[in-house]
Amino acid sequence: MFAFILRRIALIVPTFLGVTLLAFALIHLIPGDPVENLSGERGMDSERRARLLHEFGLDQSLTVQYFKYIGQVVRGDLGTSLTTHEPVLREFATLFPATVELAFFAMVFAVCIGLPAGIIAAIKRNTVADYAVMGISLTGYSMPIFWWALLLILFFSVQLGWTPVSGRIDVLYDVPTTTGFMLLDTLRSGEPGAFRSAVSHLILPSIALGTIPLAVIARMTRSSMLEVLREDYVRTARAKGLPYWQVVLVHALRNALIPVVTVIGLQVGLLLSGAILTETIFSWPGVGNWLIHGVQSRDYPVVQGGILLIATIVITVNLLVDLLYGVINPRIGHG
Amino acid sequence: MAEPAHPVPVAATMPPVVGLLREFWNAYSQSRGALIGFALVLALVLIALGADFIAPHPPNEQYRDFTLTPPAWQEDGTARFLLGTDPVGRDVLSRLIHGTRLSLIIGLVSVVISLSLGVLLGLVAGYVRGLTETVIMRLMDVMLALPSLLLAIAVVAILSPGLVNAMYAIAIVLLPHYVRLTRAAVIAESGKEYVASSKIAGAGPMRLMFNTILPNCTAPLIVQATLGFSTAILDAAALGFLGLGAQPPTPEWGSMLSSALEFIQRAPWVVTLPGLAILVTVLAFNLMGDGLRDALDPRLKQ
Repeated sequence: MFAFILRRIALIVPTFLGVTLLAFALIHLIPGDPVENLSGERGMDSERRARLLHEFGLDQSLTVQYFKYIGQVVRGDLGTSLTTHEPVLREFATLFPATVELAFFAMVFAVCIGLPAGIIAAIKRNTVADYAVMGISLTGYSMPIFWWALLLILFFSVQLGWTPVSGRIDVLYDVPTTTGFMLLDTLRSGEPGAFRSAVSHLILPSIALGTIPLAVIARMTRSSMLEVLREDYVRTARAKGLPYWQVVLVHALRNALIPVVTVIGLQVGLLLSGAILTETIFSWPGVGNWLIHGVQSRDYPVVQGGILLIATIVITVNLLVDLLYGVINPRIGHG
Repeated sequence: MAEPAHPVPVAATMPPVVGLLREFWNAYSQSRGALIGFALVLALVLIALGADFIAPHPPNEQYRDFTLTPPAWQEDGTARFLLGTDPVGRDVLSRLIHGTRLSLIIGLVSVVISLSLGVLLGLVAGYVRGLTETVIMRLMDVMLALPSLLLAIAVVAILSPGLVNAMYAIAIVLLPHYVRLTRAAVIAESGKEYVASSKIAGAGPMRLMFNTILPNCTAPLIVQATLGFSTAILDAAALGFLGLGAQPPTPEWGSMLSSALEFIQRAPWVVTLPGLAILVTVLAFNLMGDGLRDALDPRLKQ
C-alpha cells in the first residue's frame, strides 16, 4: 500500500512541474511585458526601461527566470496583486473558504438528490420514473449554469422573494471571521438571525453549482446500479428470501457506489469551473470571482497564481480520490 | 458464354458503405432520444444555413421605437417582433437565428481544429511510444489538471478576448480528450494481427498509422466529436457571458444574455430566450452523442 501511495505521488510531480511551466509561460506569452504595462501610454526612455527590466530580473535568460520562479513558488511567494498590492497567496487564502463552502454544499445537494434518483431509475428501469430521471439529468447536464442561476434568481428571489439575490450574508450582520466559513462563523457568533441569513444566501448558489454534478451522479449511479443488479450475488441474496429493498440498499448499493465515489471526486474540477460562473452571478466573494476580476483587469500575478493554486488543488484531490479508490475497492491491485 | 449461373444476391451487389449505413441507422434509430437529438440537430443546421432567409429582420438592425417590446403572446407584444426586442430595439428572434449559425460554426471550428491535432498527436504517441509519448501525454495531463473553463480563460487571457480566440481556447480545452482516446485506440489496435500482417507486407509507418490503424479507431472519435460540439457551444457561451468571447454586437447567445442582464426584471425574455437556445442546442448534441455511442459501440450500451 505504501509503495502504491509513493508511486502515485511520484506520478503527479511531472504534472505539477508542467503546471508551473504553464503558469510561468502565461506571463511571458501575453503581449507586452510588465515593464511596458507599467509605463502606460506615455512610454518610457530606454535607460529607465533597462533599469526596470533588470530590477524585475526580466533581462535574464528564460531558464534562469523559470528556476527563480520555481524557487519563489516553493517558498510560497506567488507575487503581489497589481490592483490591491496584496500578496496573491494571502488573497487566495482569504477567499478560498467561501469557494469551498459553496462547492461543499453544491456537492451535498448533488449527492442527496442524485444518488436516490439514480437508484430509483435503476430499480424502476424503463418506467416513467426512469425516463423522468434520465431526461431531467440529461437536461441538467446540458444546462448553461450562468443562465440556470439567473432563472433561479428570477423565480425564487424576484418573483417569490424567498432568497436574497447576492452575497454571502446580509449587510446588517457583522460577523467576525475566524474560520472563513460563513455558516461556522455565524454559528459561533451566537446570532440566530446571522446564521439564517447565511443559510438563505447559500441555497440558490449551491443549487446552481450542484446541478451538473447532480446530473452526472444520477446517471452514474443508475448505470452502475444496473450493472450490479445483474450480478449473481444479487440473485442469490434474493433467492435466500431477503426483502428487495435490503438487497438493493445493502448488497447492490455498496458495490455500485465504488464508481460513483470516483465520479464524485472527479467533479472537483467541474465544481471549480462552475464556481467561476456561479460566483460571478451571485457576487459570491470566492476565488472564481476573484480570478475573473483578475483576468478582466489584466492583473496577471493574480491570474498566474490563481491558475497555479487551483490546478494544484485539482491534482491533489484527484490523487486523494485515486488513493481512496484503492482503499474502497480491494480488487484494485496495488502491485 | 461465361454468364454466372446463379443470380448474384442483392446484398452483395449493394456497395458495402450503404449496407453499413443501413446497419448503423437500424441501431441508432432504436433509441427515441437519439432520434429526437438527430432531428433537433438537423433543424438547427437548416436554421443556421438559411439564417439570412428565415430571420425576419437583420440581426443588428435597431428599431429605436420598439425597444424592449415583449414577445407577441404577451400584452403589448406585436407580431412584427415574435420573440420581442432587446434594449436597443433589435429583433430577438432574428438574433437567435443568426446566433444558431454562430454557435454551430464555433462548435465546428473548435472541434475540427481539436480533432485533427488530437488525432495526430494521439497517433504519434500511440505508435512511436517512448519519450515522445511521455512528453505528449504529460502535457495532456497538465491540461486536464486545469478545470476546463479556467484553461479556456487562461488561453483567452494570453490571446486577448474575442470570438476567434475563444474558438482556439476551446479547441485547446477539448484537445486532451482526443489525444487520449486516439492513443488508447492505437495501442489496442497495434497489437492485432491485421496491423502486423500489413507491416510484414511492407507498409511504412505513415501508411500504418493513417490507413491501417486510424480507420479502426473512428467510432469512439465520432462519439467524442459530437459530445465535443456541446462542450464547445457551452464553453463559448460561458466565455461570451463573461465578456471574454464574442463581443457585442455579435449575436452570440452568451454575450446577448450578459448584455441584457440589467433588464432581467423588466424584460425577462431578453435573458431567458438566449439561454433556452443554448440549452436546446447543447441537449440536441448530447442526445445525438449518446445515441451514436450506443449505436457505434454496443459494448458501452446500458
